[in-house]
Amino acid sequence: MMMEKFALRSRFLLAGAAMSALLLAGAPALAVTPADTLVEGLAIDDIISMDPGEAFEFSTAEVTGNTYDLLVRLDLSDTSKVKGDLAESWTVSDDGLTYTFRLKPGLKFASGNPITAADVAYSFERAIKLDKSPAFIIGQFGINGDNVTEKAKAVDDTTFQFTVDKAYAPSFVLNCLSATVASVVDAKLVKEHVAAVTPSADYKYDNDFGNAWLKTGYAGSGAFKLREWRANEVVVMERNDNYHGEKAKLARVIYRNMKESSGQRLALEAGDIDVARNLEPNDLDAIAKNADLTTTSAPKGTVFYISLNQKNPNLAKPEVRQAFKYLVDYDALSSTILKGIGEIHQTFLPKGVLGELDENPFKFDVAKAKELLAKAGLADGFSVTMDVRSRQPETGMAESIQQTLGQAGIKLEIIPGDGKQTLTKYRARNHDIYIGQWGQDYFDPNSNAQTFASNPDNSDEGKTKTLAWRNAWDIPDLTKETEAALLEKDSAKRAAMYQDLQKKVLETSPFIIIHQQLEVAGLRKNLKGFALGPSFDTNFVGQISKE
Amino acid sequence: MSTVESEATAGRGSARAVAVASSIARFLVIAITTYLGLLAVTFFIGRVIPIDPVLAVLGDRAPANVVERTRREMGLDLPLIEQFYIYVKNALNGNFGTSVLTTNPVMTDIRRAFPATIELATLGTLIGAFLGVPLGVLAAVRRGSIIDQIVRIIGLVGYSVPIFWLGLLALVLFYARLQWVAFPGRLDIVYEYTFTPITGFYLLDALWQRQWDVFRDAFRHIILPASLLGYFSLAYISRMTRSFMLNELAQEYIVAARAKGLSETRIIWGHALRNAAVPMVTVIALSYAGLLEGSVLTETVFSWPGIGLYITNSLQNADMNAVLGGTIVIGSVFIGINLLSDLLYRVLDPRTKVR
Repeated sequence: MMMEKFALRSRFLLAGAAMSALLLAGAPALAVTPADTLVEGLAIDDIISMDPGEAFEFSTAEVTGNTYDLLVRLDLSDTSKVKGDLAESWTVSDDGLTYTFRLKPGLKFASGNPITAADVAYSFERAIKLDKSPAFIIGQFGINGDNVTEKAKAVDDTTFQFTVDKAYAPSFVLNCLSATVASVVDAKLVKEHVAAVTPSADYKYDNDFGNAWLKTGYAGSGAFKLREWRANEVVVMERNDNYHGEKAKLARVIYRNMKESSGQRLALEAGDIDVARNLEPNDLDAIAKNADLTTTSAPKGTVFYISLNQKNPNLAKPEVRQAFKYLVDYDALSSTILKGIGEIHQTFLPKGVLGELDENPFKFDVAKAKELLAKAGLADGFSVTMDVRSRQPETGMAESIQQTLGQAGIKLEIIPGDGKQTLTKYRARNHDIYIGQWGQDYFDPNSNAQTFASNPDNSDEGKTKTLAWRNAWDIPDLTKETEAALLEKDSAKRAAMYQDLQKKVLETSPFIIIHQQLEVAGLRKNLKGFALGPSFDTNFVGQISKE
Repeated sequence: MSTVESEATAGRGSARAVAVASSIARFLVIAITTYLGLLAVTFFIGRVIPIDPVLAVLGDRAPANVVERTRREMGLDLPLIEQFYIYVKNALNGNFGTSVLTTNPVMTDIRRAFPATIELATLGTLIGAFLGVPLGVLAAVRRGSIIDQIVRIIGLVGYSVPIFWLGLLALVLFYARLQWVAFPGRLDIVYEYTFTPITGFYLLDALWQRQWDVFRDAFRHIILPASLLGYFSLAYISRMTRSFMLNELAQEYIVAARAKGLSETRIIWGHALRNAAVPMVTVIALSYAGLLEGSVLTETVFSWPGIGLYITNSLQNADMNAVLGGTIVIGSVFIGINLLSDLLYRVLDPRTKVR
């Protein structure tokens, strides 16, 4: 006991000594990053592969977006449209099934090899045959390993033809082709690195299409070349002098893996990094007040939500679903935990996507919620659990919601867990309530509509495991409406269909969508041209320079 | 030399050989059992934690059909006991599989990460031993004095303050405020891509290649985490030295030495410390082993790319092959150092040779 007390006291003493030393210390000499190099602090621990046919994580999207080219890219001046990247022009056949792309002349890969339509065809073939996580984005057009060489083929050196199985809305097809999985790889270079594979029931091809090599290798034509990726440590990109567009201004861009907001802030203030990318509100505030630093932000295609598992009989009652929507203190969240990093947004399509609906009808209203709970026969409330990933802002949001639910008599037990742990449980539909973020798989309204508003088979064995499925929300009508919106060729009409869908989901769903993520960055003032894009693969660094 | 004598010598020699062989055999049995236990515990912990290893291979956003296919490919649909059998078989061949995070074989990653940990722990132990032993001796000699009190407080703080907390404080002070030491990591970005390590021990490599600026930079990076580890090992070493020394100073031979009129310096440093040195070897070795395995938090705080950070990252990402491989390697080192200190003890202390 004595020992403990003493230890405790000495701990305070030590803290006191350190703190006073800290206050007495003068202004330090500043570390400086090299003039031709941009160093960003970013949590890159999600990266598992750099192969564009396989990569599907947020950090990888940024690297792929800067190191690979596509046929078409999102038009940053109007994100409901696409513009040509490697493609100079394209046409859609009258039956709406065949898309013909003509490539720009004189294109080259970073390796020096010319870019031909055969490279595009090979890129599609390998993505489909590898069948990794993002392959469905191309595969959903009725393309599989057996027909891909016919459906995605080179007509001649500069003409590429892509054939889909239904007359989809062209905006849908083109948006999907702007996803990173459709990045064009250097076929000649990749083929030099293919590894032999013994075919099996799960994979019937005799080679890996260079996947093992491309996990850490590079075969692209973007503004930057990937020089190195070391898991959980660093990503290094170097300028590609063969790039077809405007050449990058800096010679090198380095992403250092840094997970903590406070660590990023320290390193930014000390000048060891030029940009800090994972800042929490208080660090963001401090940076905004520092004369050498500045901040910037951009709304991202990611929404944060809580969802109620319909397997829980209490949560399955329509009135309870409604009541929850009145039991989130949106305003308090937005002025504290989400300050600067999120905007209140209650519909499933993020701003900037075709068909977005900017309506936030729900306000914190305990009386109204109590009324609804009483109608559901739960006037005295009930107990329920919520699985929460132990990181910000999830933890802070969960605590706020716990408190507001309590005011209506709902006892919420928070189950904290590692990201992978909570996700494992969520995917198995073993949760009561889940809080998390959802990022679009590709920049088209169907991506979120499909996951929030369709559930073709609600059985435990259901093959299409959308978010609606994970929460056991059985919705045959909405599923049909979601499918119909895909075939609407008129963009305006298509947008109206999604708006209608969002209104229904807003009103009846077990999803309480809270906010849309604002991606923020703190940066040193000597940077010029730094801008965050509307998606993770449009955080371009080619235009950045240093003074 | 007479025949009788040489026979007697041979007899003693063979008795000794038997003794050595039996102690080696005993050690082997202990080592093998420990290993199997370690394999089983790590494997089953890896399988019962509520994290799906498939997520590590595929990331958070993989569609359901891909998840199911990958689960089959990873053999996770097999019965647990069969998975364990395959795992042990591979592990015995030194094959811990591929890390899904780095895409390298786990052993390759460990070979790269381990020198970083050894470098840090060695420097830490050196600091701890060079400061801890004299401090312990001083405290023992001046027992009850103000010096003794100070040494004991230093030791107590080192024992009771969590290392990550002290690490963060030190970072804020020495890095962010004073800028005396460098940013977490092993080298500045500038050198990361110009310097080619040979052995993986950056300080030695830089010296060997006469790259003084690299040496300086590497030193600026290692000094803070090494000092912290050194402090923790100092706390342990000084306390143990003190108690060993007190024990020796109370022995009769010290009284005899004093009676013979030997100088106090010779009595303390020449006689008492020499005898206390034998158990000290074990203490320092154990502290070294402790730093090797216990640097997990320090490495995390200081982004030190050693084995501790490797295991932490792997664990957070459910990269089970890497976690298991790393744990086994650290376990082996622990077993190895224990054996080594045990042997050294026997060599240094003549009394332990006769059994």
